Amino acid sequence: MITNTQTLTVLWSVNKGDNMSNKYGNDTDSNIRPAGHGDRRAFMYGNEVVVRAALAAKAEFLYGYPITPQNEIMHYWSRLAPAQGGKFLQTEDELSAGFATLGGIMAGARSFSATAGPGTVLFQEPLSMAEMMRIPIVLIVQQRGGPSTATVIYSQQEVFLAIFGGNGEGLRVVYSPGGHQEMYDYTIKAFDTAWRYRFPTLVLGDGYQAKMREPVVLYDPEERGMQLQPAVPFVGGEGVPGVEREPAHWRNAFSVEEELFEALQPIIHDFQHAAPFLTEMEASDLEGAEIIVTGHGIVGRSAREAVRELRAGGVPAGFFRPLTLRPFPAKDLKRILDSCPRLLVVESAQGQLTKLFRIAIGGELEHRVEMYPYFRPGLGITAEEIAREVRAILGGERKEEARAAVSIL
Amino acid sequence: MSELAMPRSWRRETKPHKFCPGCGHGLVLKALGMAVDRLEIAERVLFGCDIGCSLLAWDFFNLDTVQTHHGRTVPFIVGAKRARPHLIGIAYMGDGGGYAIGVQHLINAVMRNDRILVIIVNNTTYAMTGGQMAPTSLPGQKTETSPGGREPRTEGYPLRGPEMVASFAAEGAYIARGSVSHVQRLALFLERGLQNQIQDKGIAVVEALSTCPTNWRTNAEDTWKYLEKEMADYYPVREFVSPWKENNPRGVN
Repeated sequence: MITNTQTLTVLWSVNKGDNMSNKYGNDTDSNIRPAGHGDRRAFMYGNEVVVRAALAAKAEFLYGYPITPQNEIMHYWSRLAPAQGGKFLQTEDELSAGFATLGGIMAGARSFSATAGPGTVLFQEPLSMAEMMRIPIVLIVQQRGGPSTATVIYSQQEVFLAIFGGNGEGLRVVYSPGGHQEMYDYTIKAFDTAWRYRFPTLVLGDGYQAKMREPVVLYDPEERGMQLQPAVPFVGGEGVPGVEREPAHWRNAFSVEEELFEALQPIIHDFQHAAPFLTEMEASDLEGAEIIVTGHGIVGRSAREAVRELRAGGVPAGFFRPLTLRPFPAKDLKRILDSCPRLLVVESAQGQLTKLFRIAIGGELEHRVEMYPYFRPGLGITAEEIAREVRAILGGERKEEARAAVSIL
Repeated sequence: MSELAMPRSWRRETKPHKFCPGCGHGLVLKALGMAVDRLEIAERVLFGCDIGCSLLAWDFFNLDTVQTHHGRTVPFIVGAKRARPHLIGIAYMGDGGGYAIGVQHLINAVMRNDRILVIIVNNTTYAMTGGQMAPTSLPGQKTETSPGGREPRTEGYPLRGPEMVASFAAEGAYIARGSVSHVQRLALFLERGLQNQIQDKGIAVVEALSTCPTNWRTNAEDTWKYLEKEMADYYPVREFVSPWKENNPRGVN
């Protein structure tokens, strides 16, 4: 496992040596080698990992609009997918990418899209239609800096957008992978989750994960015994509608309040009942921990590394990372905080993850939990700085400013 | 029953329909129903309707139907058609959806020559929201947001959608403007638009001049006069681009 410090080095060298002729294409270019049992070991960009995963999940169609840092998803897809019968359409904006994806899905094709930043903003409209109509859309988000155009590079500022960005209730599944292997695993999983539970499913990556290269094991989910939920058309059944079968009539508009309220109940019910099957998290070094260090995505990886270093130095730190930001693994978190009510939340945003933690902790526990923030909106965060922060907190240096930072969220 | 009464593809259970008395939507949908019946394609049609009065068509037909968002019906139908080309995609919307909030989709779909039929109902106003000025409101037309009448100096001239897209449409495209005052001719235009898709020639965009007595605040006589005189003067009813001029299967242009 590499740390964030190394990540930055990798990213830099990749950018310096950018070689278009060698960027895309066949297996040899991505250093793909057999790894036994049909698995293949590779060293590749995160955006290529997404494409390999989508193809492994038998995705059929990508609709996309250019925005950095997700562009290579379109690039790799349009080169690699046709051999598997995959199709691509470059649309005129993210609104059309989203609605075309919904059209493809309702017609029965396992379809997806990818976006970032301002594109994620425009995607809220199709995502909210998907939430209302239970359309299993998969969206890959490679977060960039915000607000506005900001940077094309990296941040973790699209957490709230990913979950609560639409008008509605945020009934979506949001995975936050922390590296290429998880990017592969959870992109495959996203297609299964979306079709199994029929909620919009997002894989929330970021520019670092999109643009860095690291090792990954590629596999065929079926060879590992995973049965992916099949894609089923919403329209276009056999027979003349109204004569041989009922026509499919799908809508998202309602005339009166009660009608909407009633339509929403089963959606909310299904989400609540699916939540326990969906939540995922990672935790380690909880034994005797005096502080829990947490972060999500690639920052979670730095946090894990920091905890490892701290433990090696005799500092009793524990690690927790939500893998699903929605639904949130609140139960696990509460159990952990029950025995160690001190938490450091690390994020490349100004408190978006922290808000999720506060909602999850809630009630009585909130008064007992000492919450420390480490906010670096738009910046990468290394294991070293997290470890330094933990030592400062345990040394009693952070109490007042922490209260101030969290209180204005 | 004769098609003049009710096309086969209409859904009787949802009639009478929900449009206002005197609204032109029912006539456009009648023309469309006639075209679908004649071509016997009900099994393959995916009918998409927009937001605005067009959404009231969500359960209008015995056709698979998806009601989408305002202005987004074109990309939705494009996505479905690209994924499953055997489907016959119809995107049904008003002038706000087609020429304002969704105009980028219309332009790009025509540029790509997507194999779909786009129907834009032009009643010169945003009707569902209470009669605001539309891109198609005529000069001097009084609406809720142009109470003194549309002033071309500050609000511009009405958009002629079919003429606009005809100017860059690719080979094989079919672009026309019909009117609810000539339902048979409108049905013919729609039939040609559908043929265009069935035979994989190109996109079809058919605008339908329509009526909105509720927001125009007109009686039956004035409604028809506005449609046939004022609107038809500014918006010529004709085919603009057609691959059907030669060897026309129905022999009419």
